[in-house]
Amino acid sequence: MCLAVPGKIIEIYETNSLLMGKVDFGGVVRETCLAYVPDAKVGDYTIIHVGFALNLIDEKEAMETLALLEEISNQDLTE
Amino acid sequence: MKYLNEYRDSNLVLGMIDEITRTIRQKWVIMEICGGQTHSIMKYGLDQLLPESIELVHGPGCPVCVTSLEMIDKALAIASQPEVIFTSYGDMLRVPGSQGDLFSVRASGNDVRVVYSSLDAIKIAQDNPDKKIVFFAIGFETTAPANAMSVLQAQKLGLNNFSLLVSQVRVPPAMHAILGSPNNRIQGFLAAGHVCTVMGYWEYVPIAQKYKIPIVVTGFEPVDILQGLLFAIRELEENKIDVENAYSRVVNYEGNQAAQKIIERVFEECDQKWRGIGNIPKSGWRLKTEFNGYNAEEQFQVSEITPIESQLCISGEILQGLIKPVDCPAFANQCTPEHPLGATMVSSEGACAAYYRYGRNL
Repeated sequence: MCLAVPGKIIEIYETNSLLMGKVDFGGVVRETCLAYVPDAKVGDYTIIHVGFALNLIDEKEAMETLALLEEISNQDLTE
Repeated sequence: MKYLNEYRDSNLVLGMIDEITRTIRQKWVIMEICGGQTHSIMKYGLDQLLPESIELVHGPGCPVCVTSLEMIDKALAIASQPEVIFTSYGDMLRVPGSQGDLFSVRASGNDVRVVYSSLDAIKIAQDNPDKKIVFFAIGFETTAPANAMSVLQAQKLGLNNFSLLVSQVRVPPAMHAILGSPNNRIQGFLAAGHVCTVMGYWEYVPIAQKYKIPIVVTGFEPVDILQGLLFAIRELEENKIDVENAYSRVVNYEGNQAAQKIIERVFEECDQKWRGIGNIPKSGWRLKTEFNGYNAEEQFQVSEITPIESQLCISGEILQGLIKPVDCPAFANQCTPEHPLGATMVSSEGACAAYYRYGRNL
């Protein structure tokens, strides 16, 4: 139930004065409510749950964490 | 797919397992609170890759599993009324009530529909003005923003044929209940990443301090889960007590303020009964009375329900992490996903279903 999936926002519009958008999940496009990510721009990645974007994905944080984890996991090779 | 593949990378997974193995010196019992994480752990076989000194205990974070039997019976009674179109997230349809499930109500000729989002139920209400549309608003803090928004949308559109049957649950009170129990064995927690996406993780700081236990906000992909475990084990080995964030690409300390504002506008705190566990104080949200017009419990007079729980199912002990699914005598014989005795075997996030699906009984 709490599974949420990342997707890329490809269109933003309003329906019944609610912020909505089209989100691409690796080829599958679905309509999503963007009311909780009012700063979203086309091209942003977001995390979607039951048809609502819960937050935008922070690319800088993602890159930094991955670099840290790669460093940790390669430790025994470099030591 | 960006933000998925890199967190499923097998070299990174094995490197993280090595680092955990290098770090751990003692036996530790760690609970992943969320059923989605239990599912990932079983799917990717992380439990079998990790050192034996880590015991992973599966928590009650499966909303389908913990929705009370009374509420399921109420849903069955409302869905059986001829003027109703009953809408629900798909997982709920196979959850056994005292007598039958929502699928059997549908098989009897009633209109029960699976929706992806609460806004789909709003659309059904717009398209069917002569019917009463009820949406089964279950879930943790992750579904609350969507469920709350549907009420405000119904109000905005002037719909008078839409209501919610609400059974919202909250994670932090459940953690209090687990840690405060005299039977507690948990020494570290992986907090549920998507709950924290909405709510932030400020609520966990007093819990970590009160029970002197590390809590790590953790995501759902294999690398995310290993990062959460590594942070928790580092803290345990160094005798530190802190709340850390191992899912920072999505979660921040404050959470999603816009979502919290709408939740507060529509819901208020209440005591909640959890299936198999019992009443947990202040662990739920209900509609504020100003929204009674959208409250299915107010709109439909359901006669008094006396729920009858299966005597064989011990899902309550499983949900509290006291025993493992494979230790249940009914597991994989009287109880299977095709014929579940309890909700932990129904939902894909239930611990019993995850053990069964990924062959932990073999």
